[in-house]
Amino acid sequence: MPKLLCGGKAVELGPTETVLEGLLRAGLTVAHSCRAGACQSCLVRATEGLVPSEAQVGLKDTQKAEGYFLACSARPKTDLAVSLPDQAEGLTPAHITHVAWLAESVLRVELAPTKTFAYRAGQFVNVVRADGLTRSYSLANLPGDGPTLTLHVRVVSQGRMSTWLASPGALGALVNLRGPAGSCFYVEGRPTQPLLLVGTGTGLAPLYGILRDALRAGHSGPIRLFHGARTPRGLYLQDELRALASTHPQVSYTACVREGAGEAGVTVGALDELAMSAGAAKDQRVFLCGDPTLVTALRKRAFLAGARLRDIYSDPFILAPPPGPSTEAA
Amino acid sequence: MTTLYDQLGGAAALDAAVDIFYRKMLSDERVSRFFEGVDMERQAGKQKAFLTMVLGGPHSYTGKDMRTGHAHLLEKGLNDQHVDIVIEHLGGTLKELGVADDKIAEVAALANSVRDHVLGRA
Ligand code: FES
Repeated sequence: MPKLLCGGKAVELGPTETVLEGLLRAGLTVAHSCRAGACQSCLVRATEGLVPSEAQVGLKDTQKAEGYFLACSARPKTDLAVSLPDQAEGLTPAHITHVAWLAESVLRVELAPTKTFAYRAGQFVNVVRADGLTRSYSLANLPGDGPTLTLHVRVVSQGRMSTWLASPGALGALVNLRGPAGSCFYVEGRPTQPLLLVGTGTGLAPLYGILRDALRAGHSGPIRLFHGARTPRGLYLQDELRALASTHPQVSYTACVREGAGEAGVTVGALDELAMSAGAAKDQRVFLCGDPTLVTALRKRAFLAGARLRDIYSDPFILAPPPGPSTEAA
Repeated sequence: MTTLYDQLGGAAALDAAVDIFYRKMLSDERVSRFFEGVDMERQAGKQKAFLTMVLGGPHSYTGKDMRTGHAHLLEKGLNDQHVDIVIEHLGGTLKELGVADDKIAEVAALANSVRDHVLGRA
């Protein structure tokens, strides 16, 4: 009979037992509800072994690629190592090798992990400072760019991590990385499907990674990127993005601000209106990052306009509360 | 006898059904307010469980689940008329998926059978 390995325990599965039943029998706490593969509350991840495909029906491609499956629908044939969603993953130490301003309040931070750090463009990492302070940031580069990781960090006046990163003391410091996490990334396949990428502020970081990843994979369908900021000073990477748009005919880039006189190449207006008015959302793959209110609103609009739910990927940036005892990730 | 769930293609096909059904509900202003502020992925998961049940697929939904799942909506004014609308959109969804009228009537009857649980009368 196949064995399950989870959190240091080994469980032998009975002939008709599911992974969920096995884990519960072993005394582990696993969220679950319908036990029928519908509610997805029993989502767990295989770190080793073969996941039965019927346990991945209805999951996003990104989740499948990461080994996620529904414990209640899995009757594995062979041994499986499983990690539960809240189980702490390992930490990777990394040096801060470079810090530079990209825009008025946006830093580019480069990190050199001391061991191999596998990730997908568009995922995020948790940066853990020596004192335990933790914040999440999206990765802005591609694994193919080299071993260093690039983050775009919005510097918030009360933000303990971001003001520290902007200070001289951060350069050269050693931090720990947890992750990567997040399922907002490009998956190969359907290369002609239109892609819609919309983000505010440093929501551009994952989108920039996703855009370049799609191009690397040879995506030939239209790729439309909308980046919004409050004022023109919040926009960044404009030259790089314009260059990408001019060398790749399928790419279009729109920079949008809510306030301020229209500058050359910058549209003044509401980002969501702009992004949704430009063409039908039917059968698009949609990536939404940044301001949670905008992300939620656009998710709904894109869905109502005809995008399939499983084709909508989002990464709302939730700001950590200002100084206090909490070390919740932002 | 195979269930409608199997005929439609099982769990994989249900994703398409949920997309159509949920889109109908969200765009219908008579019921859309009940979905305000809820997480779309979670909601879609619940709708999938519901569709699985009424189509005769594998499920473990109970009357109690139905009752507790809707209790907070009763406070918002959920009533018989809204249940009618759900059944109407359920029918519309199945029609779009090419299901015959007599089958749709069977599904509607099944959905109707949980009405009292949903409305907290049973
Ligand atoms: S418990 Fe609902 S999908 Fe597994």
